[in-house]
Formats: sequence, C-alpha cells, structure tokens
Amino acid sequence: MVIIMVFALLGNQNCGKTTLFNQLTGSNQHVGNFPGVTVDSKSGEIRNLKGCTVVDLPGIYSIRPYSNEEIVTRDFLINGKPDAIINIADATNIERNLYLTLQLLELGLPMVLALNMMDEVRNNGGTINVNELSALLGIPVLPISAAKNEGIDELIEVLYSTAKNKVKPTKIDFCSGAVHRCIHAVSHLIEDHAEAAGISARFAAVKAIEGDKAIVEKLNINENEKEMLEHSVKEMESEVGLDRNAALADMRYTFIEDICRKTVVKCSESKEHLRSMKIDNILTHKYFGIPLFIVIMLAVFWLTFGVIGSGLSDLLMMGIDKLTAAVDSGLSNYGINPVVHSLIIDGVFAGVGSVLSFLPLIVVLFFFLSMLEDSGYMARVAFVMDKLLRKIGLSGRSFVPMLIGFGCSVPAIMATRTLSSERDRKMTIVLTPFMSCSAKIPIYAVFSAAFFPKYAALVMGGLYFTGMAVGVLCALILNKTKFKGNPVPFVMELPNYRMPSLKSVILLMWEKARDFIERAFTVIFIASIVIWFLRTFDTRFNVVADSSMSLLASIGRLISPVLAPLGLGDWRISTALITGISAKEAVVSTLSVLLQTNTSGLSQVLPSLFTPLSAVTFLVFSLLYTPCIAAIAALRSEFKSSLKAFSVAVFQCFIAWVCAFAVHLIGSVII
Amino acid sequence: MTLDKLKIGQQAKIISVGGEESLRCHLLDMGLIPKTSVSVRRIAPMGDPIEISLRGYELTLRLEDAKKIEVSVY
Repeated sequence: MVIIMVFALLGNQNCGKTTLFNQLTGSNQHVGNFPGVTVDSKSGEIRNLKGCTVVDLPGIYSIRPYSNEEIVTRDFLINGKPDAIINIADATNIERNLYLTLQLLELGLPMVLALNMMDEVRNNGGTINVNELSALLGIPVLPISAAKNEGIDELIEVLYSTAKNKVKPTKIDFCSGAVHRCIHAVSHLIEDHAEAAGISARFAAVKAIEGDKAIVEKLNINENEKEMLEHSVKEMESEVGLDRNAALADMRYTFIEDICRKTVVKCSESKEHLRSMKIDNILTHKYFGIPLFIVIMLAVFWLTFGVIGSGLSDLLMMGIDKLTAAVDSGLSNYGINPVVHSLIIDGVFAGVGSVLSFLPLIVVLFFFLSMLEDSGYMARVAFVMDKLLRKIGLSGRSFVPMLIGFGCSVPAIMATRTLSSERDRKMTIVLTPFMSCSAKIPIYAVFSAAFFPKYAALVMGGLYFTGMAVGVLCALILNKTKFKGNPVPFVMELPNYRMPSLKSVILLMWEKARDFIERAFTVIFIASIVIWFLRTFDTRFNVVADSSMSLLASIGRLISPVLAPLGLGDWRISTALITGISAKEAVVSTLSVLLQTNTSGLSQVLPSLFTPLSAVTFLVFSLLYTPCIAAIAALRSEFKSSLKAFSVAVFQCFIAWVCAFAVHLIGSVII
Repeated sequence: MTLDKLKIGQQAKIISVGGEESLRCHLLDMGLIPKTSVSVRRIAPMGDPIEISLRGYELTLRLEDAKKIEVSVY
C-alpha cells in the first residue's frame, strides 16, 4: 500500500476518540506499539480514502513531558510529520477540551476540529456557533456525532482538502499582556533554532517556557540565549503574579472562556448529566457502592466462567476434539511414523488445543469489561476502591485486573492495558498471578477430597486468602524496592455514563482474541512441542515406553532435591509441577499418570505419596509458583521482554518456595 | 482553607495550586487554575478520594492532593 497521507487523531480521554477512529477506519486497523513503551499505537486506512492513514494517538489533556502517553504524542507530532491533525473535542464539555486544541494549534500543522456529541448539546437546548468558533480558532470546525455516525463524511472531506492544500491554522496567538510579550520574545529568540530542528517556533517557544527538556535540547540554544529566555520568563512571572505554568494555563483558559462566551449557549443541566448524577447516587453510594460493585463483578464472573464463556469453551473443546480425532485417524490411515503422529496429536493438538479452549472465556470477559469501561463505570470502580488499593501503593484502577486474576491470569494481564501509569501497570501485572486462577481448582479439589474431605471449603477459602495475603505482602515489599518512588497522583475525570458503542466493543473483543490466537500459535505452539519432546524421549533420544523414563522425569529427578526441604522430594511431585507450567490442570493429570491411576481414582492413591502436611505444602506451592505458559506469554507481550517475563516466573517460584517452606516448618513443629 | 476541607455542595474559588511539578501541571491543565470555581460533589465510600465539579465536568482526586489546593469559600 502506498501511503499518501498520514493524519493524527487527538483528543481528551472520554471524548469519543476511539469511536471516531472506528468510524473513520472500519475494521481496517493495525494495532502496534510505540517504540520503547507499552502505549498502544493504532492506525488504519480511512474508508473511501485510499492510502490515507489515520493514527489514533493516546487520549491526553495536554502536551506535557510527564506521562508516556504525552511523550509519545509529542514525539509523533514532531517527528512523525503528520499531514494534518484531527482534533476531536467533546462539545458537551467544550471548555476543557479546547485546552488541548489551543496547544495543538501552536504546532502550525493543518488541522481540523471535530466537535463530537453535538446531538447531545442540541437535544438539551444548547447551541454552538460552529462558524464563529471556526473563525475565532482559525481552523475548520465540524459538528459530528461519532456514536451515530453523523457528520463523518463531511469531516473526511474537509480533512482531505485541508491536508491536500496544506491549509495551516490562520492564527496561533491567543495571548495578551505580559504572557504575550514573553512568548513573542522567546519565539523571536529561538526562531532560527526551531527552524533548524523542524519545529514550529511558537510551539517550541511555549515548550521552552514550560521547561520541556527534550525540546530545549533539540533547539540546541547556547548559554547566552538560555539566560535571556530565563530572564524574560522571570519578568513575565513577576508581572503576572503567577509562575510560568500557571500563567500559561491561565492564558489559555482565559482565551477559551472568551470564545465560549461568544459562541456557546450552554443548556442549564443536560439530561445525560442529570442521569449520571442519579446513577452515581446509587453506584457510588456510601453504603451500597461497594456491595453493588461486588455484585456486578460476581455477575460478570458467573456469566463468563459459569454460563456463557464456559459453555462456549466446552463447545470449542468438542470441536477441537473432533478435529483432533479426524486428524488422528487420517494420520493413522496414512501410516505416518508413530513419533510424528505423537508430535502432531499429543504435542501440538493437545497443547495448543487446550490453550485455545480458553479463547471463548477471554472474548466473553472482554465483552463485559469493555462494556463496563465504555459505559464509564470503570472510572467509578477506581473512585470507590482507590483507598483500599493505595494501602499497597497502587490506585483504584488496578482493582479490576486483579479481580479478573481469580478467573484467569491471561485476560487479567491483558486488562492492565487500561492503567494509565506504567509503574502501576507493571506492579499489577506482577501481582495478578497471586490471585488463584480457576485452572488451579482441580488441584485443590483432588487434594481436599484425599486429605480433608470434611474441610474442602475451608481449604479452598484458605488458599484463596493465602494467595491474596502473599500478593499484598509482595506489593508492600515491591513498593520499597523494585517499584520505589511516588505512586502517580490519582487525578481522573469521571465522565457521564453513556451507552457503549457495540462497534467499539466488538472491535476490542476481536483485537484481544487475535492477540490471544497469535500467542497460541507462536509461543504456546513452541512450548507445547518442547514439553511433548521432554515427555516422549529419554536422555538417549529413544522413545520411552514408560513415562518414568522420559527426559521430563529426569528433569523432575534433577529438581526434586530443591523441593526436598519442603517435604516434596519425590520426583513424581516435581515432574507434575513442571507439567503444570503448560497448564495448571496438567498437574492433576500428570500425577494420575505417574501414580498409574485415573483422575477419579487419584484421591485414593495420593496418600501413598503425600502426608496431610506435605499435601498442604504442595497446595501452597501450587497456588503461588510460576503461572502457566499462556500467562507467561501474556506477561512477555505486556512487558515487551522475554527476560522480564522469565524473571517474574522465577520470582513467583521463589516466593512459592519460601511460603511452602514456612508451612512445612510450622507444620512440623505443631505436629 | 484547602480543597479537602470543603463540605459537600459548598462552592469555592481556587486561590492557588501547589504540589509537586507533574501533579501541579496536571491539575492546571485540567482547569484548576486560580479564580476557577469548584465544588465538592461527593466523597468515596471509604472517605477518600473526593469528587469535585468544575468547568461543567467532574473530576476525582485524593484528599492528600486536594490539600495542596488553596480555596476560599464564596
């Protein structure tokens, strides 16, 4: 594809940017990452405009060098050389939205302003004089409704001609008085440097006044000029009576207030806002807020892991089983070499197949999550739960991914994408696997039945609690060590509740599903083959008849001394734990194979291998040790580093060992 | 007084915004600049953070951050 033009799509959070992006591109999207940081970079070809790409930049409120999102955006605008900017603003909240608009204008790039949610403004009896606003801002302004697909064609048309004719904003001056003089003095001072660096002088001047180090460095100004810059900023500060940042913000908001007075007729109180207030009176209620949140999450869990998701999973599993059987008999009839046959059926089909059966769970879970996110409820969850999470150095936003961890670590890790702070995100990812996932339930069930049949619920509950407690402890330790430093301040907009757009929800589901399938056929595919290899061959590369002779068993024997201090020195235990890396359910099935029984008979045979104490130790170890390969693969793609994913796995094993050892020690003393 | 001391429903005008640089700039960008009027809408169930209303929209922030915003009641 020949790329003729590149457009940058920019706007505040919650202004309908993603909805507009989906309207502009349809399903024609590529999701990638900005280099070096885990900020999603989405781009897509605009419908009906061949070769014209639009890049969806992160939702930001200002161009500052503080968050990754802001830095990525600034760098893209300066280095990416977009042909035009599409700035989307929420018309129902125009004052704050125009703040970013003014900063974008300073770049001097061709630009179009899309006023979203104009239908809402009109329905509530408000008006915005679009023509006058356009004249005052010096750029084309178009009223649209992204959710209803209104005004999009006109937007594309105007955008194209603006970019093609390179129509720059007709004005960039919004200031008056001392700030005005200061910006002009600095502009003049750095003009040549800005031109050499390829940045608009006005934008560079403002950034230099704000003290954006990267821009100042790019400008390459000398000591003398630096001094003059500082001098004129100081002069302005003393004249205005505000420091540089407050003075610039004040200048912009004053200008916005002025143009809003001229162009906007606000309605008294919008229906949507009144409705939001009413919903919030219930959902963030002093006493009902938290119980309601728990009920909503339980419903999501029940529907995902109990009804819809698991039903679809079973269906998919049946399909995979049928396909496996067909391929199996096909290969047998063909008379293929038995080792190759085993590789395809026992290795690839069994391994990838068992992971793929999770796919419906992930799709269904993300359906609910994106509904909660797009409706505006997630912001309320953060609001309600923040205080609790802050105690372990995180913010309210981390609560939901951790909760999902109880279902499955994979979507939980994927869901951390919505966290705005890199530090919080990483820490949440590390802590999520401590929340006992549903795949570990078979292990707990078999052991409870074998050793504590009367106290199964207590054992189960105790394990879940232990997982959370260890997670909290690790969080406290990580806070003091690896993730030192101040948690990011929690300043977040609470948008009006809105009906989620079905198109956006479906596109997100598709995106997550594709992500998961891709991993199933790459990392998990390879891992399945490796595990198959280890299980099938012995140290002399002969096919084994008895699983106790396999490479896997040899590795199990090699590792067993490490687990011996825990009272788990038998090689069969370590072998079972190793296979648990492929999927946690495999722990139970491996134990039954090695103890020469079936899964249902396992409970009777287990006491030959475990004492009640070593059973508890084993359960604690299984609870905490390395997550499965699918989760490690998700970790890897979120951390963008195999090494980091591997370190997390090792870290978990270490924690598991320490905790299991403590259990063993305390247990031995008591008994 | 500071913003964290404001009672629910009380209207106030911002006098100054303090705090560490990145927090402060973020607050300024969100429209919390001197002379802006704000009110506290509600308090989270656990007593922190708070929800404030300004410039026609709602924002949530923690008490410790609200403490850095000086306001005067109308």
